[in-house]
Amino acid sequence: MSDRTERSEGRESVPSQRRTSDRPVLSVEDLTVTVGTRRGPAHAVAGVSWQVRAGETFALVGESGSGKSMTLLAATGLAPRAATVTGRVRLLDSELTALPDDRRRRLRGRHVGFVFQDPMTSLNPVLPVGRQVTEAAEEHLGLSRRAARDRAVELLDLVGIPSAARRVDAYPHQFSGGMRQRVVIAMALACEPDLLIADEPTTALDVTTQAQIVELVADLQQRLGTAVVWVTHDLGVVAGIADTVAVMYGGRIVEQGPVDAVFDTPTHPYTRALLAARPDPSRRGEDLVAIPGAPPSPLDLPPGCAFWPRCPVRADPRCAHELPPLTPVGDGHTVRTFYPGETP
Amino acid sequence: MARFVLRRVLQSAVVLLGVTLVVFLLLQLVPGDPVRVALGTRFDPQTYEALRARAGLDQPLPVQYASYLGHALTGDLGVSFRTGQPVSRIVLERLPATLSLAVTAVVFALLVAFPLGIVAAVRSGSAVDHAARVFSQFGVSVPDFWMGIMGILLFAGVLGWLPPSGYVALTDDPGRWATHVALPAVTVGLVTASILTRFIRSSVLEVLSADYVRTAEAKGLRNRVVILRHVLRNALIPVVTVVAVQLASLLGGVIVIEVLFAWPGIGRLTFDAVQARDYPVLQGAVLLVAALFLLVNLLVDILYARLDPRITVR
Repeated sequence: MSDRTERSEGRESVPSQRRTSDRPVLSVEDLTVTVGTRRGPAHAVAGVSWQVRAGETFALVGESGSGKSMTLLAATGLAPRAATVTGRVRLLDSELTALPDDRRRRLRGRHVGFVFQDPMTSLNPVLPVGRQVTEAAEEHLGLSRRAARDRAVELLDLVGIPSAARRVDAYPHQFSGGMRQRVVIAMALACEPDLLIADEPTTALDVTTQAQIVELVADLQQRLGTAVVWVTHDLGVVAGIADTVAVMYGGRIVEQGPVDAVFDTPTHPYTRALLAARPDPSRRGEDLVAIPGAPPSPLDLPPGCAFWPRCPVRADPRCAHELPPLTPVGDGHTVRTFYPGETP
Repeated sequence: MARFVLRRVLQSAVVLLGVTLVVFLLLQLVPGDPVRVALGTRFDPQTYEALRARAGLDQPLPVQYASYLGHALTGDLGVSFRTGQPVSRIVLERLPATLSLAVTAVVFALLVAFPLGIVAAVRSGSAVDHAARVFSQFGVSVPDFWMGIMGILLFAGVLGWLPPSGYVALTDDPGRWATHVALPAVTVGLVTASILTRFIRSSVLEVLSADYVRTAEAKGLRNRVVILRHVLRNALIPVVTVVAVQLASLLGGVIVIEVLFAWPGIGRLTFDAVQARDYPVLQGAVLLVAALFLLVNLLVDILYARLDPRITVR
């Protein structure tokens, strides 16, 4: 454990709230992301607020293009250059949105680890995996190359890569998809971050591997007490691991709350449609339920409820023109509709 | 690795053999009779026949080729029709001039194209990017001989900083070599730099949008580290090929530039040999160029295997 001392030194210099307080690790307040495109401004994220505490798992759910990933990229300073970000993002004691790029960079990797969607493309093909795993620790904790190597073996072992000591010098192409995603997870945990952001980490994997990765992250979270933000469109995963869930549609959160409350009493028509669209093994042979229509284009968001054109309830013409406010419907359970719980 | 190199060397040898055959046959198609050219106005049928027999030109083609190949293997590429000197010596004498010009031109091109291409990609859409695009467009569209003439007019004529033409061997006087090589090398190098700048820019731009670059940024690495360790390492792999092809083609001699600057290299030699229908010299020059080309490609293949771990060497 030659690197232990160096790591604890690195930790002392930065205040950490982990396991010591109920304050959120990351809180996002009224975040908007507007991306300038040739066809005009695209409102990728149109004002979202949420937070995640230490040891907690927060799931961000929605269809492709609903703004899930962009919310996280923007919150951590990784949004594309063409994007304009407004709102407030707090990580531990730092107001991220107010920080200069370089200060924000120093928090990334150190306090926030990322796991991306496709492990086949998210690793550098020409660098040995061990090097990629501990790069962040070299940068943020000042680990020497020698100590970093030992730490890489330790981390690869932690995420369940067999004979880690031998494979630390191997290249990404020498690993399977599932093993690569384990490498990416090891990489995200290199500095023992307070927050782990997993952006659809199982989407590109086959079903058995998916289950293993979900289990691995849940297990590591228990052991390390990390806060996890899990972006997904897989409601099964959400039910299994999340404490809190936010459903996004058209760049806004339409329903948010404790996972049990949202799953047991879905209140927004979109959430209900989404839950109804899940394949149900007891109804084998029947057609899958789909939500008719398509999500709105971020280039042309309607002034009212974004789901209105596809909404099965459609109780009121003002839905099309007036944005429904987020209304509380239970303990920590909020919903953005004029007609909570209404059925068609 | 040793087996890989050996296999590639053998492959190259086969290609080289093919080159000798093509060169040999091609010259048979060229109109003009070298013996007549050699005799000039002193033509008489008896001497003509005797000379033809001495050069082996009265033999059937396969015999001529076999004889050429046999001698070539022992380093004997025949003698020049014009001067009677051994071809291998003539050709090798010209090699340093071409080599020093080609290497200087490529080094110059790399010094220009690397920073320009990389900055243009990293700051795409910026003023540097636009300047780089204008530069590459200019470099590839303006003929090199025109640029050479302008260079001579400006730096030799108006400013008088550099000699207009001529050659001094690097081993004789490095300082004077440098002043002589500057104009031709920059003229040739500008074209190469234009091609490379474009290629490097697009290669870097492509890698910049790769997922693993976002991963590197997500780790909170310094921008410089992201660019150097993650972007360039990947972006420059394909660039190696383009640099090698450029270098190899310059090693063949840049005929127009060598003639323009009175640079006694392979290009100039080829030009003179064609004019004089000096077949043995022409064959020797082409053979040497082909051999250099194969050598550069062999080195690139080995370098590639070292740069990209995904390429397995068997």
